[in-house]
Amino acid sequence: MMKFRFRRQGADPQREKLKQELFAFHKTVEHGFPNQPSALAFDPELRIMAIGTRSGAVKIYGAPGVEFTGLHRDAATVTQMHFLPGQGRVLTLLDDDSLHLWEIVHHDGCAHLEEAIHFQAPSRPGFDGASGLPSLAHITVVLLVAAGDMAALGTEGGSIFFLDVPTLTLLEGQTLGPDEVLRSVPDDYRCGKALGPVESLQGHLRDPTKILIGYSRGLLVIWNQAARCAERIFLGNQQLESVCWERSGHTVVSSHSDGSYAIWAADTGDSPTAQPTVATTPYGPFPCKAINKVLWRSCASGEHFVIFSGGMPRASYGDRHCVSVLQAETLVTLDFTSRVIDFFTVHSTRPEDEFDEPQALAVLLEEELVVLDLQTPGWPAVPAPYLAPLHSSAITCSAHVANVPAKLWARIVSAGEQQSPQPASGASSWPITGGRNLAQEPSQRGLLLTGHEDGTVRFWDASGVALRPLYKLCTAGLFQTDCEHADSLAQAAEDDWPPFRKVGCFDPYSDDPRLGVQKVALCKYTAQMVVAGTAGQVLVLELSDTPAEQTVGVASLDLLQDREGFTWKGHERLSPRLGPLPWPAGFQPRALVQCLPPAAVTAVTLHAEWGLVAFGTSHGFGLFDYLRRSPVLARCTLHPSDSLAMEGPLSRVKSLKKSLRQSFRRIRKSRASGKKRTVAGSKLQEANAQLAEQAGPQDVEVTPVQRRIEPRSADDSLSGVVRCLYFADTFLRDAAHHGPTMWAGTNSGSVFAYALEVPAAVAGGEKRPERAVEAVLGKEVQLMHRAPVVAIAVLDGRGRPLPEPYEASRDLAQAPDMQGGHAVLIASEEQFKVFTLPKVSAKTKFKLTAHEGCRVRKVALATFASVACEDYTETCLACLTNLGDVHVFSVPGLRPQVHYACIRKEDISGIASCVFTRHGQGFYLISPSEFERFSLSARNITEPLCSLDVRWPRGATHIRHPRAT
Amino acid sequence: MNRSFHKSQTLGFYDCSAVEVKSKFGAEFRRFSLDRQKPGRFEDFYKLVVHTHHIANTEVTIGYADVHGDLLPINNDDNFCKAVSSANPLLRVFIQKREEAEHCSFGAGSLSRRRRPLALREDGPRRRTHLHIGLPHDFRPVSSIIDVDIIPETHRRVRLYRHGCQKPLGFYIRDGTSVRVAPQGLEKVPGVFISRMVPGGLAESTGLLAVDDEVLEVNGIEVAGKTLDQVTDMMIANSHNLIVTVKPANQRNNVVRGSRASGSSGRSSDSTASRHSLPAAHVLQNLPPDEMESDEEADVVLEGVLEPRLAPRPPPGSLTRVNGAGLAPSLHSPGREGSVQRLLSSLRSDPRHSLALPPGGVEEHGPAVTL
Repeated sequence: MMKFRFRRQGADPQREKLKQELFAFHKTVEHGFPNQPSALAFDPELRIMAIGTRSGAVKIYGAPGVEFTGLHRDAATVTQMHFLPGQGRVLTLLDDDSLHLWEIVHHDGCAHLEEAIHFQAPSRPGFDGASGLPSLAHITVVLLVAAGDMAALGTEGGSIFFLDVPTLTLLEGQTLGPDEVLRSVPDDYRCGKALGPVESLQGHLRDPTKILIGYSRGLLVIWNQAARCAERIFLGNQQLESVCWERSGHTVVSSHSDGSYAIWAADTGDSPTAQPTVATTPYGPFPCKAINKVLWRSCASGEHFVIFSGGMPRASYGDRHCVSVLQAETLVTLDFTSRVIDFFTVHSTRPEDEFDEPQALAVLLEEELVVLDLQTPGWPAVPAPYLAPLHSSAITCSAHVANVPAKLWARIVSAGEQQSPQPASGASSWPITGGRNLAQEPSQRGLLLTGHEDGTVRFWDASGVALRPLYKLCTAGLFQTDCEHADSLAQAAEDDWPPFRKVGCFDPYSDDPRLGVQKVALCKYTAQMVVAGTAGQVLVLELSDTPAEQTVGVASLDLLQDREGFTWKGHERLSPRLGPLPWPAGFQPRALVQCLPPAAVTAVTLHAEWGLVAFGTSHGFGLFDYLRRSPVLARCTLHPSDSLAMEGPLSRVKSLKKSLRQSFRRIRKSRASGKKRTVAGSKLQEANAQLAEQAGPQDVEVTPVQRRIEPRSADDSLSGVVRCLYFADTFLRDAAHHGPTMWAGTNSGSVFAYALEVPAAVAGGEKRPERAVEAVLGKEVQLMHRAPVVAIAVLDGRGRPLPEPYEASRDLAQAPDMQGGHAVLIASEEQFKVFTLPKVSAKTKFKLTAHEGCRVRKVALATFASVACEDYTETCLACLTNLGDVHVFSVPGLRPQVHYACIRKEDISGIASCVFTRHGQGFYLISPSEFERFSLSARNITEPLCSLDVRWPRGATHIRHPRAT
Repeated sequence: MNRSFHKSQTLGFYDCSAVEVKSKFGAEFRRFSLDRQKPGRFEDFYKLVVHTHHIANTEVTIGYADVHGDLLPINNDDNFCKAVSSANPLLRVFIQKREEAEHCSFGAGSLSRRRRPLALREDGPRRRTHLHIGLPHDFRPVSSIIDVDIIPETHRRVRLYRHGCQKPLGFYIRDGTSVRVAPQGLEKVPGVFISRMVPGGLAESTGLLAVDDEVLEVNGIEVAGKTLDQVTDMMIANSHNLIVTVKPANQRNNVVRGSRASGSSGRSSDSTASRHSLPAAHVLQNLPPDEMESDEEADVVLEGVLEPRLAPRPPPGSLTRVNGAGLAPSLHSPGREGSVQRLLSSLRSDPRHSLALPPGGVEEHGPAVTL
């Protein structure tokens, strides 16, 4: 029968057309910081930056809003990236020894990143005869020479190959083997040893024929490719890590594995130089770790910069992730919280300039990007307008607020500015400014709130393509935590050598897991918000433009209601700091309610107009009047036989065990895979492996996974968890009088509806009279299928969801139809149902699980605007299932409209993190640090639209080669 | 006997449309005939029978012996027509006083069982006066094979009714591979199979599902292409009225079309119908048959205590929907109050309403069950 219904709908061409105008699915932009970055590149001409990741993604960033994303077909690690300066092309090297040329092309005025051609190095040396030809296996370094027309590839075998870049073809006959170089080296240096892999290739700014080659063994050679001869030879003996050729060409700096760097004079003498002019171990004299990369930047003032990563004393600071910046006598050791991937300086690259004059230093770390302003004394960090590390502390929840009023927006921005004062030069100091953002100014302001494990709530500007941090709310200050003094002690104990400076904001370590934020709700008209946490704390805050010192009223509410036979075995509640506390400008706490037992808050809702906040845990729910600071209602939802609810967050213990196991597995795996890469393996072994693989699925009879078919019963564990709470002004008692109501839904399919008696506000006055709010249970619905209730919403007489508090009274939304019959939409994990009000009887329903076999994870009511007609909109129910599909249903008819595959079903954290906006968009985490933004609406799309002034060399057209295979 | 045989033969000779009826009440017999083509309505037949036996003041049930010798009821137009049309040649009608009939079930072999002395009869307080056992819809079906006429003979569509039953559904499913006939020959496709039966569970007790049966559809939706978890969720979502189409691993017990196709469901319900005595089941037993047949599950709404100023509560009758027919009138009878309360407390996790309720509020007003 359902099939008929679908078919009939599908057959209606008018409806189909309308659907096309309303709905369309796009994944539009990735916000945040790329997960597991592995390579960095900068184009000084276009002033754009590229980041490659271990999953093969290429991301190019310019000015805020200018973003390009590409993904290699093979999910291999991007090991190196090189811009062809000014051309908008980037050459990437993957760890499978393939080279890919990406180019930014313009379609319809907008630029896109596309892969043009790729080149796979022939991996087997013996292929073209058993000659002793050098192999192109394992490319270690890439250098673009001659304005990007040619690339030099250094290999593990010590050879250097040359490649024609526009076609990605190997230039035969130009290959430079180590033997050729060794001929110019004195015999006593040669002494039968190989030169080792090519560690570094550097080009000369002014003379493209010269290449500086650094071999692993320590030998540095300035090679003239035109004359095919070695111009200069430096006989280094320390294992080489990296080389930098100074702009004038007179100086060469090499860094070594023992933590030293050496400066070689390139302009004196012709004979092989045996000794560097200077060799220092900056963090000596004790053994130091290798200096992985060194940069030398000259200044007009004569005080050049030496910037290097690593080199820390092995014993005492070997585990630090540091970049040192040295200028004359000034040394700063930038101390990061995550591994340094790469760094570059923004400096002049025009050949006619005499000095580098570095403006900024950009350091790409495993978890964030840090940019320092090198022109301002003290080298302050420049706040990044994008690439914010969302996961500076793990994200525990998120919420989206659409249509933020301009006034609140300005207040939040100003609170954020007071929080982290911007440097005087402000926005102008961000050095990566390439491209133009063509996207229109967003029509409305969208705010994304993320709650974090450390008790902070971050406010992000989600209106456009660049997710910009606005403000950070910290709730930890209200509570006493154990680890308070540890930090300051550690700081004091530290020596002032090396001169560490903590940089960056990635700090995954939480003081106290109980501080974690579980639920957030914000009223955008009154600037009041609720933050609820892991230890049952519910904090009501209000935005204030001035710092204040005040005492926060604390109340506790027993949700067990003296239910006997239960003892809480989980964590204790947080102990709040009593007495007046100083609060900076921003959201300041007004009231604190602590649930007992202190289980994590599972649902929260705020009604600023009535001054009420409702919250639920796994034990029950409560209603609190924060104007009078008095509890109104507490209701236990526990089933008598539910013992698991009292265990506390056991999962933490489990996850530790699990994570230990996983990390062991990972180590084992990485070892195994490492072996696989280095050992080529005989043909026999390979054949055996293939056979084994083929035989695998057929022969090996694994015990099959079984699933028990049993309906949920009332006494299932954790059935009392409160899943959603909702306030509505509707008809609960009878069809003639509407009034405030509160709705709560639980994990076992129970819905409780309370009629509230909220004393009316005195005319003109903000404050309510001092009369208590009363709540009376009006209805109790037990869904027979007992699936968890995910969301509740009341629809007005026209079938539209009721507006938010204040929206109607301030003329910001159409007033709800209070004449027609209201209805309540109850969405459970298995089905959606619309019931009439006040008499609760089922009107329409859709049984998603019964039909599709999927379960509801997230739902939201969203307004979809038509692309064809300016003011035609429909309110629909958007739903994300456990299979990662997004379904859209009409409201209140609950007819399926469209569905799209959105998230991989294995990506459980992605599905759990999904949040829908009011206008048919959504966000979900694709990694701990990145939100993917998608839109279901055909009209409301936020995607990067930008252009880049690309200069094609020699009037070349797009590179398009018929691809093999 | 001999005489009647002759008589029927002669009657048949004269007029094929007449059916000879031999009606028995206690030790008395009456004979009359009916028109085979136009037997008339059950009501008229009932009046005729009562009249011919002179038992106008007694409530009786009427049964007949079908071709297999089973005692089947005549209580509506349909089975009356069936009885008349299937009479071959004689229609043997048995009349019982209603209270006696309660302790005698219709069905297979019932005639032979009836011959035993009436020692099985139980008189006394345990007898429930208002329970009409004997009509098929008064049984609560537990399972049935359905749609025999439209699905292939190698498949079986089984319906499990879980309403009010305290037994677990009691089976497990697993992934597996099944072999299908494809245009290019046999091909292996992933399938979902029953992997285990819980002893004493509903699934096992029906005898219609077995380990290694391949699950093809769940409530009319094909499971091909769905994961084990999806199929699990679909089954659980439909668990109140689960219809599984299986390809039995054992193909020897298949229903052969054209013969007595409907026999099995009655037998299996016999075995379980008498076991439940819990309050929830008690109420649900009185469900009107059409509600039980529908796949609608009933959500329960409990009305809270509302303030006196509110409009009077609508009469319970108007609120009833699903289980209302049985429940709403009984709310007012003092004897049933207790069982309703028990039902409510079994549905609700907390007997108290909320802080805001006056003490004893529940008891005073009594919640109404609607929907």
